[in-house]
Amino acid sequence: MKEVKCECGHVNPHGTVLCESCGLTLIEEKAQGKLHDMRYEGSARRSQTYNKTIVDKIWNFFSSVKVGVWLIVITLIASALGTIFPQEMYIPTIMTAAEYYEDQYGWLGKLYYDLGFHNLYSSWWYLVLIASIGVSLVICSIDRVVPLYRALKKQRVTRHESFLKRQRLFTTSASENIDASFEKAKENLAMKRYKIREEDGNILAEKGRFSRWGPYVNHCGLIIFLLGGILRFVPGMYIDDMLWIREGETKVIPETNGEYYLENKEFTLEVYDKEKDNEAFSDAIENAGMVPKNFQSDVILYKKADDSLPGEEAKLEQIKEYNIRVNEPLKFDGYALYQTEYRLGELSTMTFTMINKKSKEEFGELTIELNDPQTKYDLGDGYSVEVMSYFPDFEFNESGEPTTKSRIPNNPAFVFKMFSPEKPEGEISFVAIQQNLEPFGDNEYQLRFSGIETNDVTGLTVRKDLTLWLFALGGFIFMIGVAQGSYWNHRRIWLRRNNDEIWVAAHTNKNWHGLKREISTILEGTGIDEPLDQLQEKENQDSEIKNRNHE
Amino acid sequence: MANLSSNLLLIAFILYLVAIPFFGGAIRQKKGLAEEKKSFDKWAKIGIVITIIGFIAQLGFFITRWIVAGHAPLSNLFEYTTFFGMCLVASFILIYFIYKTSILGMFVLPIALLIIAYASMFPREISPLIPALQSHWLQIHVSTVALGEAILAVSFGAALIYLVKAIDHTKRSKSTFWLEVIMYSIVSVVGFIAVTSTFAITDYKASYSYIDKNGSENQIEYSMPAVIGPNEWKVIEDGTFEPWVQVPGIINAKKLNTVVWSLVVGLGLYVLIRLILRKRIGAALQPLTKNIKLDLVDEISYRSVLIGFPVFTLGGLVFAMIWAQIAWTRFWGWDPKEVWALITWLFYAAFLHLRLAKGWHGEKSAWLAVIGFAIIMFNLIAVNLVIAGLHSYAG
Ligand code: HEM
Repeated sequence: MKEVKCECGHVNPHGTVLCESCGLTLIEEKAQGKLHDMRYEGSARRSQTYNKTIVDKIWNFFSSVKVGVWLIVITLIASALGTIFPQEMYIPTIMTAAEYYEDQYGWLGKLYYDLGFHNLYSSWWYLVLIASIGVSLVICSIDRVVPLYRALKKQRVTRHESFLKRQRLFTTSASENIDASFEKAKENLAMKRYKIREEDGNILAEKGRFSRWGPYVNHCGLIIFLLGGILRFVPGMYIDDMLWIREGETKVIPETNGEYYLENKEFTLEVYDKEKDNEAFSDAIENAGMVPKNFQSDVILYKKADDSLPGEEAKLEQIKEYNIRVNEPLKFDGYALYQTEYRLGELSTMTFTMINKKSKEEFGELTIELNDPQTKYDLGDGYSVEVMSYFPDFEFNESGEPTTKSRIPNNPAFVFKMFSPEKPEGEISFVAIQQNLEPFGDNEYQLRFSGIETNDVTGLTVRKDLTLWLFALGGFIFMIGVAQGSYWNHRRIWLRRNNDEIWVAAHTNKNWHGLKREISTILEGTGIDEPLDQLQEKENQDSEIKNRNHE
Repeated sequence: MANLSSNLLLIAFILYLVAIPFFGGAIRQKKGLAEEKKSFDKWAKIGIVITIIGFIAQLGFFITRWIVAGHAPLSNLFEYTTFFGMCLVASFILIYFIYKTSILGMFVLPIALLIIAYASMFPREISPLIPALQSHWLQIHVSTVALGEAILAVSFGAALIYLVKAIDHTKRSKSTFWLEVIMYSIVSVVGFIAVTSTFAITDYKASYSYIDKNGSENQIEYSMPAVIGPNEWKVIEDGTFEPWVQVPGIINAKKLNTVVWSLVVGLGLYVLIRLILRKRIGAALQPLTKNIKLDLVDEISYRSVLIGFPVFTLGGLVFAMIWAQIAWTRFWGWDPKEVWALITWLFYAAFLHLRLAKGWHGEKSAWLAVIGFAIIMFNLIAVNLVIAGLHSYAG
């Protein structure tokens, strides 16, 4: 591409508006007006220079801040829509989502569901929005950062008069002793920790240039964060599973390739006690009823020994004992186990006594492990019981046959066959809680319910997330960038000799008020006039004209 | 100690209230009278000293309550909201020392007062922490969010000053209309506080039985007369106030009733104020802004956003995500409160871009600051009370 040589001798890239070195206007039609647009130092941005091919058009589209802001605003509105009704993952699973939304929220709920808002944040168009923001971030940053870097690097001390004149803060003042004024100003500038460069007796004082990189650093952080989101989709990077263990039970931890086992020694649920806990809480406990204080699983983590043979029961080596509580997950080998759920008082055993219906004579007891029932229980003396069918969570299905809703023993029921010396071929009976049915009604023996034991079950979330470091890195870089751009600003002050006049101009990327105050202390005692805010003067004039028109 | 704590809050409240007229006195300076200017500077000085003492009292409230409870008082709506009010005062003090603008006190302190009064309408008892809240991240996250939002709220205060001064009040326009909407919203908060405390003092109670959204019969106790009744309400005792309207089961009739009361009383107050002032509230406030430069308030508004945005990001997103990872197994779960933090963040990001790249300053930027504050308040009030999620403090 054609490069542009400025009258100061500096060679600028094609598309440069203000010479990188001296600031002279190179493209007149883009630098009109009384004041320069200093946002990117009038540097040559690709998006402002080319607009022919499709690539140019896409580039220009995504590099536009207007487009970026629209993307942000649309995402914002879409996100808000997703909070009108709860998302699908937060609704109870008592019925299908379609039914639930209509049942709870009427036609609006149905519409919400039909439009896919019940799963908004994983819908394709929401992801497209986020992805577009990502693309826009990359392109807009590249479009600006390189030219800006060049312009700030190449800038020279002596700026063209037209450049100084068209700065927002600018003035000229006559001075008898320019050298003395400059000396004093330099002293003051150094006190305010400006970096001072001199050339031909002119001064450029600059500070906080690094804050100009803030937006680009923070955009980099955002891009890295979004990459973390993409990495999530790689298999194996992210694991989300659930492990339910009863007290006293040892189970393999899912998703660990059978490497790790966990024993649940005990699950504890504590609630706040008005008498024992801090008495300041007593009113609150009174009003709220029960306030949980602690959910805790005391567990032992095991690792399968290397010499375990396949097919054999695994040999386990104890790794660590730990109390998993909310906010205190157990971490090992990239995995974390979180206390997330529990079931209290789940039935664990049921005990029955075999009796003669008429004489009520007892012939022994059997205790059934509800999670692992045996098929046959021998009671001695020729008496025994066979479990023909077991329904842990019993109900009658539509055709009136007994079935089980789940494998959890919420409502156990059995079909037993009772053997006795009198009835060696066995008598059949159906036993459920509060029920005892006989198919023929002529049994001699009966199994009488004689007791239950219960057990607590803990529900632990098994989590492995190998993408976290990327999110953390992205977040960290974002914070650095955003602080850099927000808490520092880039200030430049130019002092130029023009015969027996001193020209002062100044620019900052933000916080003009602070710059003005700083200049006023810097110029104190130098005999140089404070620069005027040309923008404000223009606005004042405008509003005066407006007011006059009113009157 | 618990008593001392509540007294300190009351003292802080009164001190803030007393400070406001001093900032008002400082504004009424006349140009050119250097003598008079000095004496008015003195007003501002007294005002800021009283504010600082009030702030220290509120800090005392916070610390004593912490000691009594054994955990930082940031765990329910009352505690969070008062803390937010305290941060707002702190931000004001900070900005005051940067820009020395007493008029900011006239606008920001009343907002802080209203927020603290609003907070006091919620149950004030010290509550124990449920397991999910037993974490140092509770304190780190919540306090940083509150500080960030408070600094952003200062930008609203400054924006309000800008609008009051810049808008042409001589004729009706969209701007005057929306400015009055802001004023009416503020008055409605006063309405809410007035209604709630009046009925609390008279100990008003009325119970109804109703059919809840699952179709089962239930009972509900109102603490103000039920203009809006629940689904298929029946009075339990004869002589109870009979609702005028009833709403379907999915709407929380009791909360809606409170909102309606606040808006109606707010409207009454607003009309009363208008009758007394004989002009729009915005127009009546305009003389207060006589001596402030527009570009200065514009700058204060922008800088507050610039200072507050990183703090909010740190507290509302970064710390929030760290804690969520520890407590809820995932750093982000699209819970409504989380989503609204994201919305707030996106909004202020858009604000900064419009300002920096599109040159939106002055009135446009002031309106944006108003919208930003509205989003923050929505998150604080509506999301907590209406859209219940994991974060819902006050069910
Ligand atoms: C959620 C997304 C985004 C966030 C949080 C964000 C954040 C920021 C922040 C904090 C600044 C500094 C503003 C200031 O100092 O006043 C900034 C500047 C900027 N952003 Fe973004 N940004 C986002 C998306 C975008 C997008 C999509 C674009 C694409 C056009 C973009 C383009 C820019 C530009 C051009 C600047 C100004 C750089 C300069 O003037 O030196 N941003 N951004």
